Amino acid sequence: MSAPLLRVEGLQVEFDLARGVLRAVDGASFEVHAGEALGIVGESGSGKTMALRALVGLLPPSASVTGGTVAIDGVDVTAAGEDARRELRGRTVSMIFQEPMTALNPVLRVGEQIAETPLVRLGLSRRAARARALELMRLVGIPDPKRRAYAYPHELSGGMRQRVMIAIALSGDPKLILCDEPTTALDVTIQDQILKLLGSLQRDLGVSLVFVSHDLAVIAQTCTRIAVMYAGQVVETGTVEAVFREPRHPYTLGLLRSVPDFDLVRAHLSSIPGSPPDLAAPPAGCRFHPRCPFVHDDCHSDPIPLIELGGGRAARCLYHELCAADARREPVIAVA
Amino acid sequence: MPEPLLEIDALHVHYELRGGFARRARGRPHEVLRAVDGVDLAIAKGETLGLVGESGCGKSTLGRAIVGLASPVSGSLRFRGEPLAGGRGRAQRRRIQMVFQDPYSSLNPRMTVRQTLAELLRAHRMVPKDAIDARCRELLELVGLGPRALDAHPRQFSGGQRQRVAIARALALEPELLVADEPVSALDVSVQATVLNLLDELRAKLGLTVLLIAHNMAVVRHVSDRVAVMYLGRIVETAPTDELFTNPRHPYTRGLLTAVPRLVPGRASTSEGVAGDPPSPIDLPSGCRFHPRCPLAQEPPCSTDDPALDEGSPGHRAACHFAWRAAPPAHTPEILQETT
Repeated sequence: MSAPLLRVEGLQVEFDLARGVLRAVDGASFEVHAGEALGIVGESGSGKTMALRALVGLLPPSASVTGGTVAIDGVDVTAAGEDARRELRGRTVSMIFQEPMTALNPVLRVGEQIAETPLVRLGLSRRAARARALELMRLVGIPDPKRRAYAYPHELSGGMRQRVMIAIALSGDPKLILCDEPTTALDVTIQDQILKLLGSLQRDLGVSLVFVSHDLAVIAQTCTRIAVMYAGQVVETGTVEAVFREPRHPYTLGLLRSVPDFDLVRAHLSSIPGSPPDLAAPPAGCRFHPRCPFVHDDCHSDPIPLIELGGGRAARCLYHELCAADARREPVIAVA
Repeated sequence: MPEPLLEIDALHVHYELRGGFARRARGRPHEVLRAVDGVDLAIAKGETLGLVGESGCGKSTLGRAIVGLASPVSGSLRFRGEPLAGGRGRAQRRRIQMVFQDPYSSLNPRMTVRQTLAELLRAHRMVPKDAIDARCRELLELVGLGPRALDAHPRQFSGGQRQRVAIARALALEPELLVADEPVSALDVSVQATVLNLLDELRAKLGLTVLLIAHNMAVVRHVSDRVAVMYLGRIVETAPTDELFTNPRHPYTRGLLTAVPRLVPGRASTSEGVAGDPPSPIDLPSGCRFHPRCPLAQEPPCSTDDPALDEGSPGHRAACHFAWRAAPPAHTPEILQETT
């Protein structure tokens, strides 16, 4: 396999709080190859959004990357200065945010916002940048682009705004698009339209995606590989197909069993007892052990490494076999 | 259908919009937002009815009108056969209670759980004064919280626990109908299941009737006995849950089901569920409200005639000119029927 487009190793993100240091991301490692879509799933506070933002240096002021390396297209981003990172953003990498209304500039017409990167970064003439903007608007399925280019963000619907965001993200011909819950604020029919648009862009343009979401079904629909995050750590990775059929981490198993599955109606939904730990004082040993049904004595003491399981899979669990056996006993998702 | 607990007839809830300065200066009439625009619906005693639809379709306004938090401009609501008027008496208010979406804003942050519950029990004279404390404990136990929660403030709870407190508050008045407006959509995935299970347990234990307002089709499929689909202020289809999910007759319902992201990789449909954006409820389309987005729309009748909510098979109603035609509709997205 060729060198990955994105390689993240041991990424650490820390918040400096009055009551001490909070490690929001603790040693996250993952890779994305060209043309691939990786889903990062986790509940609120799992560190998924901070991991994504750290990749392009868009962390909030109180947070900083304190360890690990991020290499995008062979360039070590963590070692590079802010200028190099800015060069990277918008060209090699771009980002789509959850709330298009707050991410777009409210006082600029959307056509101008889409033409900005072609004009400023790609050095196109005004006329060429304008033509490029219209072409991008057509590509993302905005009807009547000539007229819509003159609209302000507030004049568009949520779905159209998100299409504008995607057009902006595409305007620098990126190799990688980072998506932070891009459809969470949208209705299910509009979500469906946007997910299908992202899928077709990935297929037709060969763009890679990193897709952060709390919605397992959205990940299943858009991504080939998945990284599951819990309390700042990646606890399981693998192909979506393999991980959903036979999870090897009890958190993944619990999460999949607690989601109402459209195709598999259960009499009783199971849930994960307890709540996620306080990241300022995470439990010793495995971070999931206080909530784990398969917990053993040796889960309490030493940190658990991410164990390679072959076939591109890994899980941060000493008893992943128990977890897999449980998944085989009772199917986790509907059987095809 | 068994005896209906609540009957809704031709209910309209409209909001008058103030409009901009220019509009008022020109003396134009107020624009009217038709949030609920002719809803007919009955809820049977003891059932869980799921009400689904996209944002802006009026499902929350309908829920609020049922509880008495929004005033209908016309139409009627009857509870156990008695009309519910605009100004409801204390006894009538007590019988229909609501659980709101956001447990972070629906509880008074300055009151402890005990104060919140005791206030209600006192105001409605639910139990004798000396039994109030015991009743508070009982209510918390009912929703799975220990007595230690009594003297805590809302901020000390997690989202799931707050929603339990909100449910306990609704149950304090021993309602017959509980309107739950998106009760789990503000909660984390692993917590949603516990709240949904709790609602189901309570329904069985207390003989409650539940109106569950939600946008998540998978949640509705798991929890409801019957489902009503709403689009732009109208009910467009109602059916028993299994029937609705396996044999949807309205093209909007079909599109909605096609659009649901699926947990099984590769199961999601490749065709688009519903094209375009929903029209504005201020300027509704003529005829069938769905016709501008409908893959089946024909002329005539779709843009001129408003279809009625017709019962085509027992308990299954759909408001579409083509819902009950013999020939199968041309547009049939693959909705897989796999329930074990």
